[in-house]
Amino acid sequence: MNSAEPLPLVVIEPTRRAAALRLGELWAYRELLYFLVWRDVKVRYKQTALGAAWAILQPLMTAAVFTIFFGRLVGIASDGLPYPLFSYSGLLVWTFFAQGLSQSSNSVVGSAQLITKVYFPRLVIPIAAVLSGLVDLAVALPVLAFMMWYYGIWPGVALLVVPFLALLALVAATGVGLWLSALNVEYRDVRYVVPFLVQLWLFVTPVIYPASTLAPLLQRLGLPAWLWGINPMAGVVEGFRWAMLDAPTSPGSLIAASTVTGFALLFSGAYYFRRVERSFADVV
Amino acid sequence: MTDIAIRAQGLSKLYRIGERQRYKSLRESIMKALAAPFRTRGRRAAETIWALDDVSFEVMRGEVVGVIGRNGAGKTTLLKILSRITEPTRGRVEVYGRVGSLLEVGTGFHPELTGRENIYLNGAILGMKRAEIERKFDEIVAFAEVERFLDTPVKHFSTGMYLRLAFAVAAHLEPEILLVDEVLAVGDASFQKKCLGKMGDVAKGGRTVLFVSHNMTAIMSLCTRALWLGQGRLLLDDDARKTTEAYLLSGSSAALTRAWDEATAPGTDKVRLRGVRLVSADTRATLIKVSTPFTIEVDFWNHSEPRLLNLSLVIYSGEGVCVFNTASQPVLTPPGLVRGTVDIPGDLLNEGWYLVRVLVVQDAGVPLIDLEQVIRFEVHDTERIGGWHGRWVGVVRPRLEWRWDVLDRQPPPG
Repeated sequence: MNSAEPLPLVVIEPTRRAAALRLGELWAYRELLYFLVWRDVKVRYKQTALGAAWAILQPLMTAAVFTIFFGRLVGIASDGLPYPLFSYSGLLVWTFFAQGLSQSSNSVVGSAQLITKVYFPRLVIPIAAVLSGLVDLAVALPVLAFMMWYYGIWPGVALLVVPFLALLALVAATGVGLWLSALNVEYRDVRYVVPFLVQLWLFVTPVIYPASTLAPLLQRLGLPAWLWGINPMAGVVEGFRWAMLDAPTSPGSLIAASTVTGFALLFSGAYYFRRVERSFADVV
Repeated sequence: MTDIAIRAQGLSKLYRIGERQRYKSLRESIMKALAAPFRTRGRRAAETIWALDDVSFEVMRGEVVGVIGRNGAGKTTLLKILSRITEPTRGRVEVYGRVGSLLEVGTGFHPELTGRENIYLNGAILGMKRAEIERKFDEIVAFAEVERFLDTPVKHFSTGMYLRLAFAVAAHLEPEILLVDEVLAVGDASFQKKCLGKMGDVAKGGRTVLFVSHNMTAIMSLCTRALWLGQGRLLLDDDARKTTEAYLLSGSSAALTRAWDEATAPGTDKVRLRGVRLVSADTRATLIKVSTPFTIEVDFWNHSEPRLLNLSLVIYSGEGVCVFNTASQPVLTPPGLVRGTVDIPGDLLNEGWYLVRVLVVQDAGVPLIDLEQVIRFEVHDTERIGGWHGRWVGVVRPRLEWRWDVLDRQPPPG
């Protein structure tokens, strides 16, 4: 044995101060993160008869229903875009967020077996749950491309913003996911609150309707237009439609506000998670 | 460069038990908060238990240390703290080197995934890098003997295959410090044999190992040292033999002596039993090993007149199997206090519990006293040569002489 190399020293003692994020450790466990995402995706697809098709069908069918009821019957404005395209594009990123939320909120409790038997930074669990939704997003994107070709709508240079928006969606989903998964360990009702939360959140986010619908209301109340951006997904969805479909909106302030809340959720969620993490194995 | 692998100081772990549910619902918490100003009784202190209480020890690099104790003594809690799965309430541990823990076999196995996929998944969960798993893949598969089933979902595996595969992955972990928790208690005899064999290899390979087990034979042969935990406290930290023997002695509910006074003595007005006593040839009077010879003494009163008497002892195993019956020659015995003694040789009885039935017989045919379960004793198996630590079969375990002859030398092939 090479005696010149010092062995890593780990000190185990009760944590008193606020726990550090330990991002370096998270990086060291990146392969485990990959394997957990791989496992979730593989298992999800193996168990369903439709397999990967489900990733496309869900937003597509929802968009169809929305088009019939909101687009035709109610006649909601859609920023000059054909309503099917308008709703599908919004639903694409929304589904990623909603799925990430639902999956991660129960991820820690669902991994009770792992948590009580093996050590690894627990942050990996909810992050893997959110990341596995990226695969579904990637599968559903070609349908969007097809719809864009069908309607003859092409993105401009603003397309370059899309990766940032995808990142923002990831950040928002992870942030909320961290809060929910940590809370769920101690308070099991969180699991029942989540579906309700997701539904409510959908209506508050400009997916079914454009943000421009709200502008007159905000003006009348004397509130700034970017206030709606406090919902991080508002910036993502509006921004996505603007970047991908060249919608005649200027969601700059919305995106800025959403970025702030998104990252705030991420960091606060991570710190809360790390603080509560030490009792996971005892409580779960 | 230090030679210490683990240094634990004052480790303590407090758990809340009892009324308080392990997890709450928001509704309950809100209700409690609202009701608080109205509560007239004082807050009842939550029931707590110290799963570990001020445990301190040091383990040097390359040592193989056993951890023994009754169920609930804190052994698994200790391993969990060392594995960083749970935090200590007080105290501190310094760990030098990577830790691999085997607290369970098959952690993270997913029934829908194939054997191959689960090897990667389980390996990653246990802390192996992908490159490492790939390098050891063939070895793992060979150890588990599941070559043909690699691409079948694990839910179709038999229990035996599942355990073998799970253990195979875990066995190829190569951390500097290995923590093993009674994983070997599951599975059939051949699986246990394989596990213990591999444990032996790991131990000889110079790795630091902490091994929790109830199998004293395995502890004695694999470990140089043992820690005895009882109710969260470290009761003894000494070499493996001394610690396991102390542990065995403490738990023994053997009743090696029975004595009665004249008023309560069993028997008739002809003969009455006074006492029965088992004395081991071992210097520590209560530890009887497989190889230890021992003596049983039966004291009885013969009343009034001389009789032709003999003693008869029947030894039953803990399962109720009759092992043997030994009887003394009938002797014309005068009235008075009589003692009959029989020597039972070592290397006769197998390990386990035994019960003794005592008879006093007159005229070589008429039992005057027939008392069951008079004394009970336990024979311990603490010395074993070779690599196998399972339970030796058979009620008796005689040491017999073997001869070995090569009858016909075969010429070498080719």
